[in-house]
Amino acid sequence: MGIDFSKPPVEVKNLRSQFGDNVVHESLDFQVRGGEILGLVGGSGSGKTVLMNTLLGLKEPDGGDVFYFGQNRTGLSTKERQSLNNIMGVLFQGGALFSSMTVRQNIMIPLQEHTDLPAALMRELADMKIHMVGLPTHAATLYPSDLSGGMRKRAGLARALALDPKLLFLDEPTAGLDPIGASAFDKLILDLREAMGLTILMITHDLDSLFTICDRVSVLVDKHIAITDTLPNVMKHPHAWIQEYFGGPRARAALNAGDGAGAN
Amino acid sequence: MSAEAITDSITRPDFQLRVEDRRLYLTARGPWTLATIKALDARLEKDLNIQDYEDVSYNFEGLTDLDTAGAYILARAIRCTPEECYPFHLTGNSSGQKILMREAADASMGRAPQEVRQWFDVLVRMGEASESFVKETFDNLVFLGVFMVVMIRQMFTPHKIRWKSVVAHIEDVGLNAAPIIMTLSFFIGAVIAYMGANMLAANNLQFMMPELVGFAVLREFAVVVMAVILAGRSDSAFTAQIGAMKMRQEIDAMQVIGMDRYETLVIPRALACIISAPILTFLAMISGILGGVIVTWIAVEGISPRFFMERFSEMVTLEHFWVGMSKAPVFGLIIAVIGCRQGLAVTGSVESLGKRTTQSVVQALFAVIFVDALFAVFFYQIGV
Repeated sequence: MGIDFSKPPVEVKNLRSQFGDNVVHESLDFQVRGGEILGLVGGSGSGKTVLMNTLLGLKEPDGGDVFYFGQNRTGLSTKERQSLNNIMGVLFQGGALFSSMTVRQNIMIPLQEHTDLPAALMRELADMKIHMVGLPTHAATLYPSDLSGGMRKRAGLARALALDPKLLFLDEPTAGLDPIGASAFDKLILDLREAMGLTILMITHDLDSLFTICDRVSVLVDKHIAITDTLPNVMKHPHAWIQEYFGGPRARAALNAGDGAGAN
Repeated sequence: MSAEAITDSITRPDFQLRVEDRRLYLTARGPWTLATIKALDARLEKDLNIQDYEDVSYNFEGLTDLDTAGAYILARAIRCTPEECYPFHLTGNSSGQKILMREAADASMGRAPQEVRQWFDVLVRMGEASESFVKETFDNLVFLGVFMVVMIRQMFTPHKIRWKSVVAHIEDVGLNAAPIIMTLSFFIGAVIAYMGANMLAANNLQFMMPELVGFAVLREFAVVVMAVILAGRSDSAFTAQIGAMKMRQEIDAMQVIGMDRYETLVIPRALACIISAPILTFLAMISGILGGVIVTWIAVEGISPRFFMERFSEMVTLEHFWVGMSKAPVFGLIIAVIGCRQGLAVTGSVESLGKRTTQSVVQALFAVIFVDALFAVFFYQIGV
């Protein structure tokens, strides 16, 4: 397989997605650079989740190509696709933990499926991931229904990281968390990127996350990516929706807070 | 060094240990990742166990790749006392590796709790099962009590009963179940007739076929078949519906809005069952007897349907019909109450929904057969 880690982790060329006659994406071009945290914003129903499902291979593109580290997904065998999937991790919005298993068992699942390590070592590695995402050690034996929303997201993140992916997808990671929990989660994402050398694509509506941890921001509007750039440049874009999104009182408040933090 | 050996050292992970002044020098080379550590893990641990040292100095200059799994087994070299761990030093090429090693060292210090299995666990589970049986019985009776109070209160204000909902449930519980109940009852009637045909004919008693089929179907089988199907179809559906609502906090929302969960969920379902059960039982009786008539006609010589019906109306008195019928609404009530209670007992997880649904069907069948036995004793005592 042509996986080359010097190539961009994700590259989308001329993507088209549609459901029946309803076209969601048209001539969508998009690139994620190695080692960056890219935020993806867009209005409700603009097809952010469809784009992420396409990148995850849950949905086939109706046109165009998706490349991962220079490797086109189309035309790969099931086995090759799986090994491509093993270098990706995803945190779904609700955590998507298997509810009949403990947190530790959830994290061990990818290891059991794709490695032949001894069970004891798998358990220890799962415990290390639990530690790395900042969960208390006793969380290992708890069931997802016993966890709070924030803990469930951390556990979901630990499972996403089980196979040490190169590429991490986050779907609204801070949605539903209180501001303290949300900024702690933002910091966790930064720490994990540094420790594990991750490339991260996150869908988010959390303006604080966009301002504080995203290196670049992509805007999905009018069925394609209108701009991908650093936040100040994105905010200068003349598109009406982008102006409204970043010109609102919430965005200004977050921007001021971000500037204040930067000055300190 | 041959070319082969050089490529080997790059693609295959390896390590060297050296101890000087109670300090361990660990030199790691090649990729230390999830895919490669299996071969190293046991060897590294064995080699480490025979060394005597305190501090660790890692040399990662020859390391081509390191992930959390690799870092974790490398961090095993760090020695700890119960209070603290000895320090480690790192010569390497990236800050990411340092952070990973620190994380790994931290992780190996705080040992996570284990799920311990003990030999007496099976006894504990048996004890818990017995306790839960008693508790479940008690809870069912409590629920029945509360239900009765609400039911009686609603009797005085019949306009407050949600009749629309009752009718909708009757369609589902009663009308939609009628075909399968009638079919099953037909087969049961036929089976009874077949079994009786041989036995009675052997004693020249084949003229008693109508009594046999009549008693069996009217008193027992029609109503029990009805209850079994109701428990399998509607009781499980009640638990799943209400349980799913519970999981999505709909029940909580109802309570906040001021809707009583008994009035909105339990009473309509219970009324639907109480009303449907006798009708279904009646249909089951008809098709059960029909099954008996047809089999008798085919299998027993000299007993025409006409003779069967004449003898049937002569010998099988009305009280047998009422014995069967009187049980129907009681069974309907039991099934509705157990189904609703189990639904409301669902907690957040998907697993509990499945467990409660199973439990609901098992309890409903158990309760129906148990109460049927009580009825049998009762009717025997009063001589019906």
